[in-house]
Amino acid sequence: MSTTLAPPREPSGAPADVGSRRLTDRVFRVRESGIIAVLALFVLITAVVQPRFVSSSNIQFILVDTAVYALVALGETMVIITRNVDLSVQSVLALSAYLSAGLFGHVHGIPIPVVFLVGLGIGLACGAANGLMVSLGRVPSLVVTLATLYIIQGIDILVVGGNEVVASSLPSGFVAIPNVTIFGIPWLAIAVAAVIGAGAYYLRSFRSGRELYAIGSNPEGAQLAGIPVARRVFTAFTLCGGIAGVGGVLWAAQYQTINSSAGGTNFSLIVIAAVVVGGVAIFGGSGSAVGAAIGALLLGTINVALDVLGISDFWDQAIAGFLLLLAITLDRGISVRLAEALRKRSARDGT
Amino acid sequence: MEPDRTAVPPQAATAPGQPDNPKQAGWRSRIATRHVLRWETGLAVVVVAIGVLGVSTSSEFLTSNNIFNLGLQSGEIAIMALPMTLIIISGEIDLSVASIMGMSSALLGYLFGQGWPLPAIFVVIALVGVVAGAINGLLITRLGLPSLAVTIGTLGLYRGVADIVLGPHTISNFPAAYANIGVDAVPHTDLSFSAAVFIVLAVVFGAVLHFTPAGRSIYAMGASPEAAAFAGIRVKRIKTLLYIASGVICSLAGVLLTFRLSTSVNSNGLGLELDVVAVVLLGGVSIFGGRGTIIGVVLGVLAFAGIQNALLLTNFNQEAASIPVGGLLLVSVFVPNVAAFSRRLRDLISRRSRAVPAATGSGHD
Repeated sequence: MSTTLAPPREPSGAPADVGSRRLTDRVFRVRESGIIAVLALFVLITAVVQPRFVSSSNIQFILVDTAVYALVALGETMVIITRNVDLSVQSVLALSAYLSAGLFGHVHGIPIPVVFLVGLGIGLACGAANGLMVSLGRVPSLVVTLATLYIIQGIDILVVGGNEVVASSLPSGFVAIPNVTIFGIPWLAIAVAAVIGAGAYYLRSFRSGRELYAIGSNPEGAQLAGIPVARRVFTAFTLCGGIAGVGGVLWAAQYQTINSSAGGTNFSLIVIAAVVVGGVAIFGGSGSAVGAAIGALLLGTINVALDVLGISDFWDQAIAGFLLLLAITLDRGISVRLAEALRKRSARDGT
Repeated sequence: MEPDRTAVPPQAATAPGQPDNPKQAGWRSRIATRHVLRWETGLAVVVVAIGVLGVSTSSEFLTSNNIFNLGLQSGEIAIMALPMTLIIISGEIDLSVASIMGMSSALLGYLFGQGWPLPAIFVVIALVGVVAGAINGLLITRLGLPSLAVTIGTLGLYRGVADIVLGPHTISNFPAAYANIGVDAVPHTDLSFSAAVFIVLAVVFGAVLHFTPAGRSIYAMGASPEAAAFAGIRVKRIKTLLYIASGVICSLAGVLLTFRLSTSVNSNGLGLELDVVAVVLLGGVSIFGGRGTIIGVVLGVLAFAGIQNALLLTNFNQEAASIPVGGLLLVSVFVPNVAAFSRRLRDLISRRSRAVPAATGSGHD
């Protein structure tokens, strides 16, 4: 997967330099295959020690368990690529989960797709609010989304009060969403993979998708190059919010009992961790949606693998944290070496 | 953290307190405006307003019992906000603070359960804080990794250590002499123990930040790391020391939290890191670094604690206190930009009235 990264001492987008582009491609292929290799190694070792790990029911479990994280990671990737960050996804997810799943109790016989649309709408509205403030207000996204995290969380707590959505109020078709399989593969995982594939294709091949990378690589440069920075950043935040909203509906289908703490305390940071483990640079301009999804899958796999290996759950966090540190360290090493190689090459070519 | 996190042009991040060209007419009134527009001034008004609101809605707000509770609830967050202030001013961030706190709390419980004497445990915990901070600092400064990503990683790692050390156990039979800090005030005052520690540390951190060369260099490296390095400031060393200080202080906060709750569990302090960051930003510290004061952060702490406490007394759902806190945070980030916007507007007008295209000092409009 090709991604742009402007190495520090290279004029970004030097067009005719086919040789260096090929080199860039190769290195980035290495970068993503690195994550895949870690995942494969992890699965292999666990499978050798405990063959039960690769049983179909266990793989189904991992895929379903990871789906929501991988989905929200797609939205977060779009935002992070533009050199922004969205800390509010966990509150958007929680609010959407409660309000959308609550509809089943309030409106008798409401069709499931309508509930998904409501979740999407709630998410889009929250995302648009973030996007408006970040792009038009020209204020740092970390602070804005930290503030909206608090505000949406507070709204959620007020709305939920002491209530909760209980499993018995949900229709069986909705509750079954995580359990339906096609040829042994969870339908949910296929749907999420399709959405991520579409997102990855958009980022890679659409003009406006490419412009997100340009904005992240060099915001001022992108502005000067005529890219509508404010509009693109707004779109990224809105999409991220919408995806988190849909994630909330899926969360409700998966966990069924929904109160104000859906998603958990650190959901946003876990998603950002998955994105970064997946090779997306935290300061924007490089990375891919597929990488982020694999990052989420890796974190989810660790969870289950430790369980299967009989290692206590209590090791999860430490290993996930260590992996994240390893990933960003390796990533740094690769980009330093890449910049060096490009510099040498351009010196040799006499450009 | 890099100074340009968003597509914000440089002038949008400029402090309202920075002087324009003093030769321009009307600079005297501008200085006056500047002081009024300072975020700290506005925040002081907000804190007073919260106080008035608290007193008018509840007769209990100013009782010594309530003041003690206010300090008790927010003491540890306030303490962790102090090193965080210096780190954010230096242009970085530390999201691992609550995990270091949790790790310290878990170690305290575990070692106490193993029958260690408390003074020895304190030494071990302080050392662990040093190591945790040093790992953050070295990864960030020596490998040049972004602090946001590194400390999300160590957030997991350190919380993971707490999980591993304590597992599902709960330790709660701490000696009354220590556990009483959750019940008793510091003698002759209404202050909780953690609030008293905060006040002492705020004076120390304030003195270091505002009255020492090291403090000045923290601002310098936050404003421009490269310029600071060229000016001979040991950017990497100072940043590493800041992270180590943060590690130790957060360990201390973990000890205070453990004794206050009289409980050590692996989830102690879970999720507090964003509260700490919020308090610091509420205090007017710029997320881009290079700007902010300890006074502002102390006011931020008071606003944060005051809002929660006032809502508690009015029987409002206390957890919904996050709405006014978030709202205030938004105001805090928009106000300096409104000032910058109005300054751009003023520049534009004064340039027109002189009818001479003056050399622009503040970039494009």
